[in-house]
Amino acid sequence: MADAAISVAELRKIYQVPEREAGLRAALRSLVRRRVREVPAVAGVSFTIAPGEIVGFLGPNGAGKTTTLKMLAGLLHPTDGEARVLGYQPYRRDYAYLRQMTLVMGNRNQLQWDLPALDSFELQRAIYRIPQTEFRATRDAFIDLMDVGAIVSKPVRNLSLGERMKMEIIGALLHRPKILFLDEPTIGLDVTMQRRIRSFIAAYNQRYAATVMLTSHYMADVEALCQRVIVIHHGRVRYDGPLAGLVDRFAAYRQLEVSLAEPADLSHYGEVVAANGVHVTLRVAKAEASRVSARLLNEQAVADLTIEEPPIDDVIEQVFAT
Amino acid sequence: MFDLYWTTARTAVMVQLQYRMANYFYMIGMIAEPIIYLVVWSTIAAAQGGEVGGYTPGAFAAYYIVWTLVRNMNIVFTPYGWEWRIKHGELSAALLRPVHPLHFDIAYFAGWKFVVILLWLPLAGLLALLFPPTLHPTWLEVVVFCVAIWGAYLIRTMFLWLLGMVTFWTTRVSALYELYFACELLLSGRLVPMALLPAWARELAWFLPFQWTFGFPIEALVGQLTPHELLLGLAMQLLWILVGLGLVQLVWRAGVRRYGAVGG
Repeated sequence: MADAAISVAELRKIYQVPEREAGLRAALRSLVRRRVREVPAVAGVSFTIAPGEIVGFLGPNGAGKTTTLKMLAGLLHPTDGEARVLGYQPYRRDYAYLRQMTLVMGNRNQLQWDLPALDSFELQRAIYRIPQTEFRATRDAFIDLMDVGAIVSKPVRNLSLGERMKMEIIGALLHRPKILFLDEPTIGLDVTMQRRIRSFIAAYNQRYAATVMLTSHYMADVEALCQRVIVIHHGRVRYDGPLAGLVDRFAAYRQLEVSLAEPADLSHYGEVVAANGVHVTLRVAKAEASRVSARLLNEQAVADLTIEEPPIDDVIEQVFAT
Repeated sequence: MFDLYWTTARTAVMVQLQYRMANYFYMIGMIAEPIIYLVVWSTIAAAQGGEVGGYTPGAFAAYYIVWTLVRNMNIVFTPYGWEWRIKHGELSAALLRPVHPLHFDIAYFAGWKFVVILLWLPLAGLLALLFPPTLHPTWLEVVVFCVAIWGAYLIRTMFLWLLGMVTFWTTRVSALYELYFACELLLSGRLVPMALLPAWARELAWFLPFQWTFGFPIEALVGQLTPHELLLGLAMQLLWILVGLGLVQLVWRAGVRRYGAVGG
């Protein structure tokens, strides 16, 4: 795709990991003969992302998500393959590229611990050479969007984890990057904070047509922000497409929500997930859903019946299990 | 670039003023070292009829009081800091900024110096009361001293950056640091004024960067250097800054390639 914001082809990263057995003898042996093992963290990943898209980048721990993001941000040199972001080769870390992207990681700390976040924002202004008027307008708009006006003058050390994360995100976006790599931006935050950060990311994407790659273990983040997801497992792309398509492809079962006229045992129709008097939730194989529904309607006094997709968390778990 | 230096230095001043008491105690702890040297050399001078190698107790007092300022100016980002920087992901954050981290370190520690100088003044006054110095600098000596302490700061920044970058290749390099610090202690004028070293050590020191970070700035103010020697000293500082900068660039490129290969 010629006009893709992010274009990745057969990207690989193989780590050389030192290895030795336990014990004194092995320790002595390692003095003269060092053994290393090759660990493929990313094993040939390809995808393109259009400008302005928000893409969920999903996978279990160790799947290769962070390694891929680090290669796209320019922190890691790929072992093989090609990556282009806004036309730049990230590993070269051209300053022109770095001025147009940001990587927010859970452990990143660009804030000065002892000073109010406002002072750290000022430092960001100088680092990214943001014109004063543009800087003030952006900073004030972000402070409003994140609703942090009351705490922006407090020393960072006195802020809660969620408040600090909000400040980190504001600081990371003051230069209005066109590309956002967000690695678990809501990790460890309460539901209200997560929601606020999600709405901020959505607003930023709309206002600046920014391209976003987001990793998160919270499916609420993905459902709220991403039309498209890329699922990676063992360093390879397992799925790339609409979030809804993921459910179609990987959900091996459907849930039947049944309301009966009077209580009955439905265990011979499928797996009873929940039963509360006349309300029963059944889990049946995807291919069996229609047939079991028809049987239920014929054989039981059914007041209401709906066929539902399984929760997205369950589907993702299913993808990782295959 | 001036804006970056100014804003970073201002940030450092704000941060360090938050830690003014810690800074003060640190400086008080630091003066123990020169006081020991001063007492030892003054005693030897008294025992030898009033002077050692041309240094009277008053000259020693001047040397070691100025030493305290030069020592503080020589505090830069240490190799131990580099270990921490890599271990805690700070280097990754720095690599994502569109500016070389060396600029940030120079600017940040330069800002810290202004706090240090402010805190140093009363300490220097107290030391001068306890150990009256013989100090009659000319205007030229004062000007050269003011330039030379920043030259010393830059030389030491470059060389400790070089040492720190060894952590790109290996995680524990403290033995190497200790070797460097031992050489610096002996050949810089930190332990003993350069004039009191044996001739062979003075000759060796001439070809190394150490004396331009300690001995030269101190002697520029308290010594008997001719105008020619003062200007030659500044030229040597410039040379070592450029040598250090060239080496930093070379090692930095290789180090970042290595960092990108093994993981951040």
